[in-house]
This record gives sequence, structure tokens and C-alpha cells, in this order.
Amino acid sequence: MKFSVMISEGPYTHQASDTAYHFTKAALEDGHECFRIFFYHDGVNNGTRLASPPQDDRNIVNRWSELAKEYKLDLVLCIAAAQRRGIADADEAKRNGKNADNIAPGFRISGLGQLIEAGIQSDRLVTFGD
Amino acid sequence: MPETKKFLYVNRKAPYGTIYAQEALEVVLIGAAFEQDVSLAFLDDGVYQITKGQNTKEVSMKNFSLTYKALGDYDVNKIYVEQESLDARGLTLDDLLPLAWEDEDDDWAKKDSIKVVSAAEMAKIMEQSDIVFSF
Amino acid sequence: MSQLHTVNKSPLERNTLESAIAHAIKGNALLMIEDGVYGAMQGTHKSAIVSNAMSDISFYVMGPDLKARGIDEKRIIDGIKIVDYSDFVALVAEHDVTQSWL
Repeated sequence: MKFSVMISEGPYTHQASDTAYHFTKAALEDGHECFRIFFYHDGVNNGTRLASPPQDDRNIVNRWSELAKEYKLDLVLCIAAAQRRGIADADEAKRNGKNADNIAPGFRISGLGQLIEAGIQSDRLVTFGD
Repeated sequence: MPETKKFLYVNRKAPYGTIYAQEALEVVLIGAAFEQDVSLAFLDDGVYQITKGQNTKEVSMKNFSLTYKALGDYDVNKIYVEQESLDARGLTLDDLLPLAWEDEDDDWAKKDSIKVVSAAEMAKIMEQSDIVFSF
Repeated sequence: MSQLHTVNKSPLERNTLESAIAHAIKGNALLMIEDGVYGAMQGTHKSAIVSNAMSDISFYVMGPDLKARGIDEKRIIDGIKIVDYSDFVALVAEHDVTQSWL
């Protein structure tokens, strides 16, 4: 079955991203397909490579990047939400006159249409948020 | 593109205190271009999103309540508001923004978009959806 | 059509669980996750809303979230099934639509 997931909260403050990760991993290991993971609201904060959690804590950002690499996941950060919250790839940084980008490996930035498309193309959409 | 799906956007949160309501509306507006069968549900504190008289000047936030009025122009005209949620908050239909749309198949007659439904009816609307977006 | 509802708030803090139950149709399933797992406990002021709905709705609670919060399985309301993430995936697959009560 084809799943998509929406994540509406950032890492560490709320458990949403953790639950979404465990759900997605279980779905993939059980042989399901994941069409897209869409990060919205503060969820875009899951996609910054500048996060440096302490050694004894889980690295939520890296965990997503690694899962994306292993399963060729499509991790999409909403562009409007990302702009508001200072998450940028090289193109976005340039377009907005910023001197740095911070997007983590495996993530890309795109529009809200990607969420709608995920709803259309997937058999199930599961949302994790506050 | 596969067949049209029934999309339901569920709004249960009050505006301004958190951004969920505003960013939910942004999804609805973008989603309108995809020509799916779209419905909006307002229940619990979500009914506060579409109350009249919002003025955000002194909190310097965007008064996005005015944008709901444009939904009719995007063919988003199935807006379900739950009676029990209104009752619990001492609100009536008169407290809500007059959301309307123009029916091109009926000589552009102006029609109300809001339909007040019971919790039981709302439950059916939810269950009959193909995809539920929650914010 | 059948629906899966997920609830992630403590019923003692928010009305999410009550609202989800009020909008669940006979035959629907409801899964408590994250802080929602407190809703599965016996002897709280909100336990009755779950017990009373048990004949119409199938209740599930996320085991890893119970363990994280130190909630012993013995304190869970009878009839609620304890599940893991793989079961969560199966529940989503089995039901036509999933609604997260955020």
C-alpha cells in the first residue's frame, strides 16, 4: 500500500516527528511504499543540517536523512513554511538574499501542491502533529 | 491524474494563538487548483476561525479571516460547521462570516457555503472522506 | 467505509479524545498515541468515556508510549489492545481513512 505522511511539528519539542519516524520505518520494513513525507508548519525544522543534539540523544534530522537514503524517500519541506522559519536550500538562500543555506541531506523544498499531490496519489495520508 | 477524491480539511483550532488555522487555509487555497471534491469542517475551537469582526491590527498579525470569503471564488463551497461546537461556545450562525459562492449553473445565484450540521452528521462526513487533512 | 482515529492528547488536558469518540461511527477504530495513551488508563476522571464507547469502537493504545511513560499494562482499561508501530501501520492499511485528532 502507498502511504504519505505529513509532519506538523519540529523535532525535540513535540513527539510528532519521532512517532512519524517509527511509523514510516515500520511501514517500509513491512513492505509498504512511501510516496512522500511532507513537513509543514514547524515541521520544516526537521530539515536543518545545523542541528547538533547532545551525544546521548537521538539525532532526529540525521535519522530522517538516513532513512531517506536507505529507502529513496521523498522528504519535502513546505516552501512557505520554510521561508517563514529560516530553512533554506542554496537556491532559496540566494533568492532571498541570505548568505547561508541549512537544508539537511535528503530533504528538498517545494510548494504546498506537493502535499495535495500526496493526498491524491497515496492510498493513505497520516498526519503527525500537536 | 486518478479519479477525484473527497478531501476533507478539519479545522479544530482557534486562530492567532497558533499558526495552524492560517497555514491550513493556505493549503485549502493551493489545493483548490487540483480540482478535487473539497469540503471544510469547522468544529470545536475551529469555529472561532470564521467568526465576524476579527481585527488584528494591535497584535500585528495578518487578519486571514477575510480570506475565507474568497473560498467561494475557488469553488470551495462545502463548509460544514458543527452545531454542538457553536452551542458550546454561545455562538450562532449570525456570529460567523457570511461565506457564499456564485452558482454558474443557476444564473450565478449567490448561495450560502456554510451548512450547520450536527455532530452525528459531521461524523458521517468525516467517514465518507477519502483523505482527511488535520492541522 | 471505515475510519481510524488517532488521538495524541491526554484527555485530562484537552477534549480531543472526547471529540474523537463523539465523531467515531460504530465499527471505527481509535488509537491512542503519545500523550493520548493516558486516555487508556483505568480509574481516571475520563476513563468512563472510553468504557462507555467500547461496544461501538475498537480501542488501541501504543505500547512503546505506555512504556515510556511508566504505565503498567495492568492499569489499562480492559478491552483496549496494546499495539506497536507495525500494528499502527496495519491499522492504517485496514481502514479506508485515517484522521489525526490534533
